[in-house]
Amino acid sequence: MAISLTMPALSPTMETGTLAKWLVNEGDVVESGTVLAEIETDKATMELESIDDGVVGKLFVADGAEEIPVGQLIAVILEDGEDASVIENLELPTVIKLASSSTSSEPVVDEPGTISVPSAVPLTEPVPAINSSNRILASPLAKRIAQQNGYDISNISGSGPRGRIIKRDVENYSNTTNSTEMTATTDMEGKAPFDVIKLSNMRKTIAKRLTESKQNVPHFYLSVDIELDNLLGARKELNSMSDEYKISVNDFVIKSCAAALIKVPDANVQYCGDVMHQYKRADISVAVAIEGGLITPVIRGADKKGLRQISEEVKNLAIKAHQGKLAPEEYEGGTFSISNMGMMGIKQFDAVINSPQAAILAVGAGEQRPIVKNGELSIATVMTVTLSCDHRAIDGAVGAAYLAAVKTFLEQPSAMLL
Amino acid sequence: MSNQKFDIVVLGSGPGGYVAAIRSAQLGFKTAIVERAELGGICLNWGCIPTKALLRSAEVFHNMKNASEYGLIANQPGFDLEKVVARSRGIAAQLSGGIKHLMKKNKITVIEGNGVLVSPGKMSVEKDGKKILIDATEIILSTGARAKELPHLKPDGDMIWNYRHALVPKKMPKKMLVIGSGAIGIEFASFYNELGADVTVIEMMDRVLPVEDEEISAFAAKSFNSQGIKILTSASVTNLEKKQKSVVCTVEHKDGKSEKIEVDIVIVAIGIDGNVENIGLEANKIKVERGHVVTDEWGHTGVKSIHAIGDLTGPPWLAHKASHEGVILVEKIARDKGNKEIKDLHPIDKGNIPGCTYSRPQVASVGLTEKAAISAGHNVKVGRFPFIGNGKAIAMGEAEGMVKTVFDAKTGELLGAHMIGAEVTEMIQGYTISRTLETTETDLMHTVFPHPTMSEMMHEAVLDAFDKTLHM
Repeated sequence: MAISLTMPALSPTMETGTLAKWLVNEGDVVESGTVLAEIETDKATMELESIDDGVVGKLFVADGAEEIPVGQLIAVILEDGEDASVIENLELPTVIKLASSSTSSEPVVDEPGTISVPSAVPLTEPVPAINSSNRILASPLAKRIAQQNGYDISNISGSGPRGRIIKRDVENYSNTTNSTEMTATTDMEGKAPFDVIKLSNMRKTIAKRLTESKQNVPHFYLSVDIELDNLLGARKELNSMSDEYKISVNDFVIKSCAAALIKVPDANVQYCGDVMHQYKRADISVAVAIEGGLITPVIRGADKKGLRQISEEVKNLAIKAHQGKLAPEEYEGGTFSISNMGMMGIKQFDAVINSPQAAILAVGAGEQRPIVKNGELSIATVMTVTLSCDHRAIDGAVGAAYLAAVKTFLEQPSAMLL
Repeated sequence: MSNQKFDIVVLGSGPGGYVAAIRSAQLGFKTAIVERAELGGICLNWGCIPTKALLRSAEVFHNMKNASEYGLIANQPGFDLEKVVARSRGIAAQLSGGIKHLMKKNKITVIEGNGVLVSPGKMSVEKDGKKILIDATEIILSTGARAKELPHLKPDGDMIWNYRHALVPKKMPKKMLVIGSGAIGIEFASFYNELGADVTVIEMMDRVLPVEDEEISAFAAKSFNSQGIKILTSASVTNLEKKQKSVVCTVEHKDGKSEKIEVDIVIVAIGIDGNVENIGLEANKIKVERGHVVTDEWGHTGVKSIHAIGDLTGPPWLAHKASHEGVILVEKIARDKGNKEIKDLHPIDKGNIPGCTYSRPQVASVGLTEKAAISAGHNVKVGRFPFIGNGKAIAMGEAEGMVKTVFDAKTGELLGAHMIGAEVTEMIQGYTISRTLETTETDLMHTVFPHPTMSEMMHEAVLDAFDKTLHM
């Protein structure tokens, strides 16, 4: 029996994936464990391994094919002695299954073998030129003109029959890009020139999730100044004890936030519609800026981990994040987030809650500031942090109590030993 | 009595109108078609079809005259003009009857009489002095066109003919002048020349069939000349002087010289004018420019619920363009009214409308001429293949002709295709499909053409453009 490979769900939230690159060709012999392809999800690039031995019978999607629904047939592996004719018997039912499970914006199958554009799509407007096997529909001429001009044809919307990309579409596309180049140097009037930048899956996810959060979650913000001199002293002391680790201020922040969540469990919650979840562990998501966006690897059970372990985990996860190699379990979940822009000199900012979490701490730069204590002016290293809270789950008093706990732990790190 | 009410009323039952009416009925609209004369319009009754019937008689006659070339014996071939015309009229009548059947089958109400647009949603139809009013949610004007007339070139049906007179000759002209070398003029010239008339064609432009590729025009002129048709280009007729039994035509050449040609019949074929008069356009503020109704790419006139298609509107003035416009317009109306079944609707691409002339040799083309392609800024690759290199053409005894292709050198787009010779009107659709699907030379080269057919020349003409021709 030929083995159908479908777009895997690489994370619980994954609905579609991009086939970044095939690492095998049709006809290649593969065995269990052979890496077949790189799949780009909304968060990371994952390797797709074969779980069977056989020969690659057919690849149904091209390198770079985007938004392939989870479950869609992407390749067929033939077992010993099978020839390609079995593929024909395989294709049809799979395609139909896809259509019936797809959303209304997907092409639907009218009858076996034909695919029609849903009528809700205005017909003269360009529709994505992708059919159910994600083959890009384009006329030979359109393909050639796109290729000659170095355009990625998947960026071009088709206006021909069934969304086919035709010459006119490529020319319109080139007019857009060409006029941009021309106006960039000569024309200072009218609309500002711009380049069209394709959205990465990550950018799409960021846009979708943060819009959802900012629109649906009632944010409120609490700011507090934290004196860091004790922390800096403790850090210096710890780091001087060994060359094997280097604890950062951020590691203290992670540890403090986690400890504070345990101390003020009312803040370690998530609003879930009819109920709230109150977490018994402090899993801290740490925002890491990477090329093209950001990602939030999670330090699980940070309340129970030592600074050294936290430090090492953060370092490893950040490296993986930059390489795009984070596994879903390394960035999903988390009960609380930290976004630290202190190293970029930001004094204070308000972060957007990483929904469905209920709070995020925005950490500013630690700097020497004049402070008044007991009526006297003195100098201290001060850092401003701002807590964004989901008011559906956390009230002002709870947020204040939490922030007070964070402040205590950061100003008196030894309190975390209690 | 309340007015009859229809969803769509079509004025004029030519190839634009009757096709629009059928599509309208198919889409569930209550449809009526108004016609003042025969169903099928000019095309069926006084144009495309009856001329093809006449030309077929001429072709068979030509083959009879050349029977010996095929090893056949046809002693003293001759013709009976009255029967040739009767055959042509019979075919027109048969097809007009076919339209009547199609209307009935599709439950389309046929209303005889002169239709006039009263206001959006209302049309009056007058017949034998009686006038009725009908209500129409949408009105499609497809009144077609008629032969263009100039004051000094006015057909009288006696010695000065238009196409209508030329279709029903009572006696065979001895010497005739055809004014205009477009498809209509050339087809009549070909027909009458074949039956033995001494034919001269006069053309204002510098070549015959001036819309065709220059090379094809030259090929055609040479071929017509060899058949005995005289061709005067860059010349015009400035005066027609009717005498007892002849017409003296004053022909003025571009270089200022003039000459007088005496003939017994003149055919005026200098173009067409849209039938824009007396159908209520002015009263409804429908824009007319140079004798034709102005519409958008779908056929909307800009006046709500009033649309126009076919020869009444802009060029090219061809039956197949009218029919296609009719279908697109009706589907557009249906879609605008919320019909979700209408998919993939696109306005007609005028660059992909083929043109055919049914003279001997036939001429057919689609897309840009070589010259037009170059003036449009294309770097071109041109392919040619002569009929003499094609086995089937030789076997048919039709070794005269050529196929020419024009490609964009960079993109491989088939910019135009031009053919002259036997049966090319039946073959041009191959290149039309190529253009519609936007194939490049690669796809055409990879297409397998059946052997032995004349269509193989279409393949060779593609190969030749890229120096890959096999049979030359």
